[in-house]
Amino acid sequence: MTADYVAKRFGMFLVIVWLAATVNFFLPRIGGQDPVREKLIQQAAIGGNVQAGLEDMVAEYDAKFGLNTPLWRQYVAYVADMARFDFNYSIANYPRRVLDMIGEALPWTVGLLLTTTLFSWVIGGLLGAFLGWPRSPKFLQFLMPPLLALNAIPFFLLGLVLIYVLAFRLRLFPLSGGYTAGSFPALTPAFIGNVLSHSVLPALSIVLVSIGGWALGMRAMIVTTQGEDYVTYADAKGLKGRTIFLRYAVRNALLPQTTALALVLGQLISGAVLVEVIFSYPGIGTVLYKAIRGSDFYLVQGIVFILIVAIGVATFALDLLYPLLDPRISYRRA
Amino acid sequence: MAGAVPVWTAQKRPRERGGRQEAAVATLGYVRRNPSLLVGSLFLLALLLFVVVGYLTVDPSEASPLSVRSLQPPSADLPFGSDKQGRNLYAVMVVGTPLTLRIGLFAGLLGVGLGASLAFVAGYYGGHVDNVIKAIVDVGLTIPGLLILIIIGMKAREGLSVNQMALVVGALAWLYPARTIRSQVITLKQRGYVQIARLSGMGGPEVIVRELLPNLLPYLGASLVGSVSAAVLASIGLEVLGLGPFEAPTLGMTLYWVNYNAAIVNGWWWWWVPPIVVIAVLFVGLFLVAVGLDEVANPRVRNRV
Repeated sequence: MTADYVAKRFGMFLVIVWLAATVNFFLPRIGGQDPVREKLIQQAAIGGNVQAGLEDMVAEYDAKFGLNTPLWRQYVAYVADMARFDFNYSIANYPRRVLDMIGEALPWTVGLLLTTTLFSWVIGGLLGAFLGWPRSPKFLQFLMPPLLALNAIPFFLLGLVLIYVLAFRLRLFPLSGGYTAGSFPALTPAFIGNVLSHSVLPALSIVLVSIGGWALGMRAMIVTTQGEDYVTYADAKGLKGRTIFLRYAVRNALLPQTTALALVLGQLISGAVLVEVIFSYPGIGTVLYKAIRGSDFYLVQGIVFILIVAIGVATFALDLLYPLLDPRISYRRA
Repeated sequence: MAGAVPVWTAQKRPRERGGRQEAAVATLGYVRRNPSLLVGSLFLLALLLFVVVGYLTVDPSEASPLSVRSLQPPSADLPFGSDKQGRNLYAVMVVGTPLTLRIGLFAGLLGVGLGASLAFVAGYYGGHVDNVIKAIVDVGLTIPGLLILIIIGMKAREGLSVNQMALVVGALAWLYPARTIRSQVITLKQRGYVQIARLSGMGGPEVIVRELLPNLLPYLGASLVGSVSAAVLASIGLEVLGLGPFEAPTLGMTLYWVNYNAAIVNGWWWWWVPPIVVIAVLFVGLFLVAVGLDEVANPRVRNRV
């Protein structure tokens, strides 16, 4: 049965990846013409734009895609390219390859998102658990209104305020970027410190907003578990408050929180893209923003594809972890 | 969204003996016990009031570039100052707020309408239809909508217009309502009165329209508010990325120009404070109303927030 479950989830993952590739291929072609070819010809017409290799590129694409062959043949070739993570060349930065540009930016985004997501999930969950538990200190309740308000605001909006207050007015942190311009990336303590101080504000704007959401969800779950018979029973049995809180209430409330983690990932990526743009953080979001402004179609397609695949992987991993957390659902579901 | 409260009242007081006045009193009393709904509605009303008063006190055409001197800090003439391209920022907020709301409302209605229809069909009939719809929704929800919207937005050379934007955002807004409403329909289907309706020979469409729909109205209301909020967020995201309507002074486009001209590090605070305040009030208001309506729709989650 276990193999069945894993196979099913993996199938789902493959469907997501295939869908991402297909959407990437067909959406831009809805109008009937091939925007890539159009863009290349348009740029060739402008000339002068330091596009030395453009003629090569047009020739290469014609040969590679067979732009005059039937659509389905182009589609097959495209999917084969995607499966090999071959995203071709950047249009605005020829002859740089799209994959290299993404590879440079991806560690920044993954680092930022992984730390902020896990951090706010843990802290927000703990906070919510205490907020929902009747025996925790009363002063905690004062945290609710600010948490509520922060939770409703988009990441980048808070980011703008943080830039102004903490970076522009108080000068505590750098205004933008991933490290001081001109400094040489290396694994030295000085450079790592530099990177960290640049990451504080983007991270803070994601963490402050998402903590509220996690806390609210956890609080609601804890309040619900209090009405459950097994909590009443544990209480009647004379178990210590701490034990009931951790083993009965929190353990059960943890499940929906984990499910939500998978769902939130998608929105998180979208939100984080804008945070990076606001802070000029050298991650995927900023590359995407520049690609959009430069009409760099291949770069945009590559980023969209990579991000969707990354989310697919994360969802798949969570799906596999989920039965470990909840023995009840196990792998039974066919 | 305001229509949801009387529905609750009607459920709670089935006899309606006291007539309208008593119902109004009961509604007021309930609103007092549901502070999120009250505060949220007040936030949204305040925005509405701002727009109405704004249209009476400022010439909307000053929201376009080159209508006033550029980069003026707030003064008696220009209460919110002006931006680098010479827009009167007060006029921009007055014109932009309803534009952004229009995108959100249109996309939200499209999303909930489409999502609810699919959810009713999937949840009520079950079987293969349900499996197909559920699979599509599950896969669709995994893919971040903003990325798909970006691909579509790239097609429009001069940026999307306000109406195109609403349509495009709405085209993806049905996934989440479809999932949540479907699970509500499935629980409701098991109730006694639905079973009785079916046993007494009511057909599927009739059961959906006459039994399920009225009982889910408050829930649909909460769902609509959530969708509007998500649609506004998506549209602002697209606009900040530079895929929005360049000729329209929406809230998101204002933020795009703020970012484009680095208004923050140049110290032009009056340029970015108004849109941030308006957007924050809008999102907090919508969120509180959604939470409040959730309580109306599902009394078991009362005191959740």
